[in-house]
Amino acid sequence: MPQYLLSVMHDDEYDTDIDVEDPDVQRLHAQVGAVNEELAAAGAWVFGAGLMPASSATVVRSIDGDVSMTDGPYAETKEQMGGFWIIEVSDLDAALTWAGKCAAACEGPVEVRPMQGG
Amino acid sequence: MAEDLAAVFRRECGRCTATLIRVLGDIDLAEDAVAEAFAIAAQRWPADGMPPNPGGWITTTARNRAIDRMRRESTRADRQLAAHRLLGENMEPDHDPDLDRLDAFVDVVADDQLRLMFLCCHPALAPDAQVALTLRLLGGLDVPEIARAFLVPERTMAQRIVRAKRKLRDNHAPYRVPRAAELPDRLPVVLNAIALIFTEGHTATTGDELVRAGLAAEAIRLGRVLVELMPDEPEAAGLLALMLLTDARRPARLAPDGSMIRLSDQDRTRWDRALIAEGHALVRTCLRRNQPGPFQIQAAIAAVATDAAVAAATDWSQIVALYDQLYALRPNEVVAVNRAVAVAEARGPDAGLAALEELDHERVDGYQPFHAARADLLARAGRTDDAVHAYDRAIELTTNPTERDFLVGRRAATAAS
Repeated sequence: MPQYLLSVMHDDEYDTDIDVEDPDVQRLHAQVGAVNEELAAAGAWVFGAGLMPASSATVVRSIDGDVSMTDGPYAETKEQMGGFWIIEVSDLDAALTWAGKCAAACEGPVEVRPMQGG
Repeated sequence: MAEDLAAVFRRECGRCTATLIRVLGDIDLAEDAVAEAFAIAAQRWPADGMPPNPGGWITTTARNRAIDRMRRESTRADRQLAAHRLLGENMEPDHDPDLDRLDAFVDVVADDQLRLMFLCCHPALAPDAQVALTLRLLGGLDVPEIARAFLVPERTMAQRIVRAKRKLRDNHAPYRVPRAAELPDRLPVVLNAIALIFTEGHTATTGDELVRAGLAAEAIRLGRVLVELMPDEPEAAGLLALMLLTDARRPARLAPDGSMIRLSDQDRTRWDRALIAEGHALVRTCLRRNQPGPFQIQAAIAAVATDAAVAAATDWSQIVALYDQLYALRPNEVVAVNRAVAVAEARGPDAGLAALEELDHERVDGYQPFHAARADLLARAGRTDDAVHAYDRAIELTTNPTERDFLVGRRAATAAS
């Protein structure tokens, strides 16, 4: 069955020093947890994780054997991936339906991309 | 004979392609196979005569050619995969019961056409890609024709279609008719794509006139197929009725010199009575069903507008009531401007102007029909200077040359009054 990457997109730099007491944080946490359980129960779950902010990223390049590093994310855009799922489902329509649930849970846009070799 | 083949092509191309996509599991293979089958038909039919079931002949020939080609060109691994996909296990190439049934049972083929409509109009594709793919695969139009119709370079259109097909393939888009629960989301996408094709064929007068008339005809053909295959969907019937009632007025819409004639000034004896009767019958069926939707209401408006023998006898208050209903479902400026025009017909230009005044001026400032309607109503209310000013703004926003000429003429007549 084909696999899809569902990326949760953030419009701006978010703060991961989050206050777990914050009701917004608790709500999102509960919503995402519920979707994760639903994905697992449906046999669609492959992997999923939230990411630290894009500012924590390092880009590594290898040119003719020389490895160099730059501080910060590769894409110089405000919109960055904040988390992702990999799901395994029968087809695009199923993936889009799950993406809808994920977007509702995260309260943000979710990009759907098929994986190669699916 | 040449013309017969062209007629068969128009009627059967989409149907055959739809079936071949299911059989071959690949859009490009299906297109090539159908094109090859029609090329063979062009060679053989003039001498042998047309087969009794031309569509079935094309489908079978295309399928056989595709299998031959896959056997010839594939590597062993691919060939095994292809054989599996095509024939299933333990099936002799020429004794696939599913394919044998294909020629006899039109239902199987009809359902394929519906699958293809929903595939071409997949919501993961942009509307312009949906429209291009629908015309290519279901209408059988070639890329240069579609490019000419939409006034984009051939290269751009070719890329748009290739990209759309590739996206569907890479994403494993399913080839099926959406389930009943999905239809409320999926059917409007198909209806909007068909409506877009029709509008492009009907309203724009730039570009190749023949190609454009062909677009309207193709949209109506697709609308008929949809109504036939989804008889329980009132919005599909509504869209078909709307297209028929609009197309019926085409012969009276343009003067011999190509200039535009307003609805109120059209020679109603030139309207296509058969199309109007068919459209009215569909609208009556929709009314009985009583599940109104935007296309059905627009069709009802077109039905009232085509009901009167002379323009003065039009029941404008009923049209206003229908626009109120439409605005409740689609509260946008397009509907609001049309409603204001109907209000002016029912209660006079001042009432129509008052309705236009209620609109958010920032939102309608760049909307040409707002200024064109306002200019006309101001002229009719005797406010000549304001009318000329509004015509200037409308002309400034008009890209269609026929419509521009019309507005320039109206402006001159108003200024001279």
